[in-house]
Amino acid sequence: MVFKKKDLLSIKDLSKEEIQHVLELGDSFKEILTRDIKKVPTLRGKTVVNFFAEPSTRTRTSFELAAKRLSADVVNISAKSSSLVKGESLKDTAKTIEALGADAVIVRHLSAGAPKFFAENAKCSVINGGDGAHEHPTQALLDLFTMRQKFGRIEGLHVGIVGDIAHSRVARSNLLALNKMGARVTLIAPPTLIPAGIESLTAVKHGMGAEIKYDFDSVIEKLDVIYMLRIQLERQTESLFPSVREYAKLFGLNLERLKRVKKDILVMHPGPMNRGIEISYEVADIPQTAVTKQVANGVAIRMSVLYLLLGGVEIEKVAN
Amino acid sequence: MRRLLIRGGRVIDPANKIDGVLDILVEGEKIAAVGENLEVSDCEIVDAKNKIVTPGLIDMHVHLREPGREDEETIKSGSRAAAAGGFTSVACMPNTYPVNDNSAITEMIIEKANEADLINVYPIAAITKGLTGKELTEMSELVDSGAVAFSDDGEYVKNDEVMRRALEYSKMFDVSLISHAESKKLSAGGQINEGYYSTALGLRGIPSAAEEIAIARDIILSELVDARIHFTHISTKGSLRLVKEAKERGLKVTCDVTPHHLVLTEEALANYDTNCKVNPPLRTKNDVDALSKALSEGVIDAIASDHAPHAIHEKEVEFSAAAFGMIGLETTLPLMITKIVNAGILSLPKMIEKFTISPARILKINKGTLSVGADADISIIDNMAKVKIESNKFKSRSKNSPFIGWEFNGKVHHLIVRGKTLVDSSKLIK
Amino acid sequence: MNEMKFKKKKLIMDETSIKRALKRVAHEIIEKNKGAENVALVGIRSRGIYLAHRLAKYIEEIEKKIVPIGVLDVAFYRDDVGNRIIPHHISKTEIPFDVMGKNIILVDDVLYTGRTIRAALDAIMDFGRPERIQLAILVDRGHRELPIRADFVGKNIPTSQNERVWVSLKEEDDVDSVDIREDAN
Repeated sequence: MVFKKKDLLSIKDLSKEEIQHVLELGDSFKEILTRDIKKVPTLRGKTVVNFFAEPSTRTRTSFELAAKRLSADVVNISAKSSSLVKGESLKDTAKTIEALGADAVIVRHLSAGAPKFFAENAKCSVINGGDGAHEHPTQALLDLFTMRQKFGRIEGLHVGIVGDIAHSRVARSNLLALNKMGARVTLIAPPTLIPAGIESLTAVKHGMGAEIKYDFDSVIEKLDVIYMLRIQLERQTESLFPSVREYAKLFGLNLERLKRVKKDILVMHPGPMNRGIEISYEVADIPQTAVTKQVANGVAIRMSVLYLLLGGVEIEKVAN
Repeated sequence: MRRLLIRGGRVIDPANKIDGVLDILVEGEKIAAVGENLEVSDCEIVDAKNKIVTPGLIDMHVHLREPGREDEETIKSGSRAAAAGGFTSVACMPNTYPVNDNSAITEMIIEKANEADLINVYPIAAITKGLTGKELTEMSELVDSGAVAFSDDGEYVKNDEVMRRALEYSKMFDVSLISHAESKKLSAGGQINEGYYSTALGLRGIPSAAEEIAIARDIILSELVDARIHFTHISTKGSLRLVKEAKERGLKVTCDVTPHHLVLTEEALANYDTNCKVNPPLRTKNDVDALSKALSEGVIDAIASDHAPHAIHEKEVEFSAAAFGMIGLETTLPLMITKIVNAGILSLPKMIEKFTISPARILKINKGTLSVGADADISIIDNMAKVKIESNKFKSRSKNSPFIGWEFNGKVHHLIVRGKTLVDSSKLIK
Repeated sequence: MNEMKFKKKKLIMDETSIKRALKRVAHEIIEKNKGAENVALVGIRSRGIYLAHRLAKYIEEIEKKIVPIGVLDVAFYRDDVGNRIIPHHISKTEIPFDVMGKNIILVDDVLYTGRTIRAALDAIMDFGRPERIQLAILVDRGHRELPIRADFVGKNIPTSQNERVWVSLKEEDDVDSVDIREDAN
C-alpha cells in the first residue's frame, strides 16, 4: 500500500488500512525507543516545525521527540514567540514557515479548521496537533495503539468515553477512529456535555455511531476500555454542571466504581489529569491506568506519522 | 425631456395586478403610459420582447459600508453592484463607522447617493445610539432626514424595556423597526448552526432557539404596543411558525428571507468555507424546506440579500476569526429565478412582488409599481439568459460569495432609474 | 513483483547447490572466527533472516553450539528515504543480545550496490560496539556503488545492470532457487 498523503488533518482522511499501517509501523518505532541510542537517521535533513498557537507542552514535546528521534531538525514556534501577537494572519504565517524550508508543520490552534486552512496555504505537510473542539488525530492513533498493545486488537472492544465530549477534540478523533476499526463506543456524560448530533458523527458513513449514556454505572461493567476526559474547571461557570463535586460524584472514576469493572480493564486519559475530579487519586496510579503508556506510545506513533508523510516518495513519482 | 418606449415585454406589476405583454412609455423621470401597442412617435425604443418588465427591484437589507469601511464597499460601488444585479433601490443598514444614528450620517449617505447618481439609496437608521442598546436615537429628526426604518441589525436590542419603548415611540412615524432576531446569550461564541455539522467540525453552534426566542419577544412587544415589526433574514422553521401565527392573529408583523438561506444548508460549511459563514447561520435541510414552503404560502413578505461585503483578509483566515456575511446584490436575482422560480417554488409574479411592492410597503417608500405617474424605476429581466458567477465581474468591491463558479439562468437586461438608463443590454453603463 | 516484466529466466542455483554453499559458508565462518564462541548472526530483512537461521543450524551441527540470531530492518537507515515508496511491511528490528564485543555476521541474500549493507552497518552500530562485523552473502552479483565487500560468499554471479537476481527460499517462496531474470524492456 502506498501512503500518499500530504497532510494528516483528520481521522476521516484515513482508511482502516492506513490506520493499521500507522499502528504496525508504531511497533517498529517503539523498538527503537527501547534502545540505548534512541535515534535513527531516517529523516536526516528534514525540517519539522512545531507551530503551537495554543499552549501545549505535552503534545509539543511528544512531536519534538518524535522528530528528533528520526534525526529531523525541529523548530518550535509558540504563540508567544510567533508573529500572531503582532497581527500576522495565519495565511502569512503558513507562507513564512513554508519559505523557511519546513518539510512538515504540526499545527495546534484554538480555532477548529485552522490546520486545514494552514495546509491549503503551504506546500509542506501539515499535521493537525489539535484544533479547537475539532480533532486531534495523532492522539487517537496513539490511543488505538495503546488499546491494541493491551488487547491485541481493536475490533470488538467496547470503549466508554467519559466526560466533556462537547469540547473534546480527543473524543471526536477517538470516536471516528474506533468506529473505523470496528470498536463499539459509548459516550458517557451529562446532557450538557454531549454535543448535538454526535451519535451520527460516524453513523452517516459507517452505520454505527455511538450510543449515549447519562448513567456511568449502568454501562461500566460492560466496558473493556474506560477513557476519561479532562474536565475543564471553567465549565462550571458556564452552567454546564453545577459543581465539580457533583460532577466527580456522577462521572468520576474512583475505587468504588472500579470494583465493578471487568478484570482486564484498561483505563485511559489523554492528560493532564485532574486527580480527584474525573479520576480519583488512587485510580490514577493503578496498573490498569495506561496514562504513561499513552505518553510513551505517543512518541512512537508520531514517528510513524512523520515517517509516512515525509519518508515516502512524492505522489507524482509513484505514478509509473 | 427624454421619452422612452419599452416595447413588447411581459410586464409584471404585482401592485396593479398586471401580467401581460404591454408597452410602457417613460417621460422624463415618470411613467407616462402603460398599455397595449402604444403608438408613440419621436422616442427612444427599448425592445423588451421575450423579456420581463417589472417595477425596479428593491433590496431592503444591504450593507454599503460607507462611512468607515470604504475598502469593502462604498455607496457608489454598492449602487453599481445593485444596478448590475437588477436593483433600482436598496435600504442600507446603519452599522457603519460611525454608526448611522444621527441625521448628519443619514444626510451624508443620501448626499453621497445623489452624487453617485445611480440608484435610490434609503438609509435605515439605528434604533439605539451607537447600536449599544441603551438610548433611543432621535427618530423624528432621522425620519425627516430620510431614514426609512430603524434597526440595530446585528446588534439585537437586548434590553426588553428599550425595545418596548423603541417600538412604542416609532408609532409616531409609522415606520418599521427591523429586527435581526438573535438572543446573544444563546448564540455567544457561535460560528455555525448548532447540530451535526457544528459537532463534526468542532465549532460552537448557534441553536435555532437563539433566533426563535428573540422573534417571540419582539412579536409579544409589538403586540403589546401595537407597533410594526419586521423580521429580517429569518432562517428557521420555528421562526416561521411564530411569524405565521402572529400574522394570522393580525399583528403588524412582516418578514424577509435571504436567497442564501433559501438555497444553502449548513452542509455548505463542511469544508470550513468562510464565505458560507453568515449570521444567522445556514441551517438544516428541514429549515430550508420550511422556508421554501412559507415562501410559496405567502408567509414571507420580501426577499433581501443581506449584502455584506468583507475584505479578503477578513475571510481568508481560520474559520472562527472570519467575519460573518456574504455579498448578494449581484447573485440574488439569478439565484432566485433559477432556484426558486424555475424550481416551481414561487411564480415569477409572486417573486417580483417580494422584490417590489412588498418591500416598498414595509419601508413605506413610494416605489415598487409601474402605475402611471410613478417614478420610472424599471427592471427589464432576461430570465432565460445563462450566467456564470465570476469573481472578477463583481461590481462590488468585495468578492466574498460562495456562489462564484455557479451557473444560473436570469439576469438584468435593462435597468432604468428615474427615467435614466443604467444598464443596457446587460452592460452597466455608468 | 510482476512476472510478465521479465522475458528470460536462467537458473543459477538449485536447492542442493544452495545447501552446499551455505554449509561451506558456515564452515568458513567458524574457521575465520576460530569457532562459534563469540559469533552472532544478524539477518537483514526477510530472506537474510531465513539464511541466518539456516547458517545458525549448520554452525550448531558442526560446533554443537547455539549462536544468537538477530533481525535487522534497515528501512529507517536507508539513504533513499523520501525517494522510494514506503514498504507496507517494515519488520521490527530485534537484537536480543548485547552486541558489545561480539563478532557480528550480517547475513543477506544478494550483495549488489552495497547500500543496504551500509545502512545495516549504521543500524548495528546504534546497538553498541561489536568486536568486528563481517558479511555473509548468498549471491554477490557485482556493481558495487560503495567500498563494501563480503567476507563469505555463497556464489559470485556476474550480471548486467538490466538483470535481476531472484532468490527464492522455502520459508517464503515454497522453493529454494536462485535465478537471473532479464528486464523485459
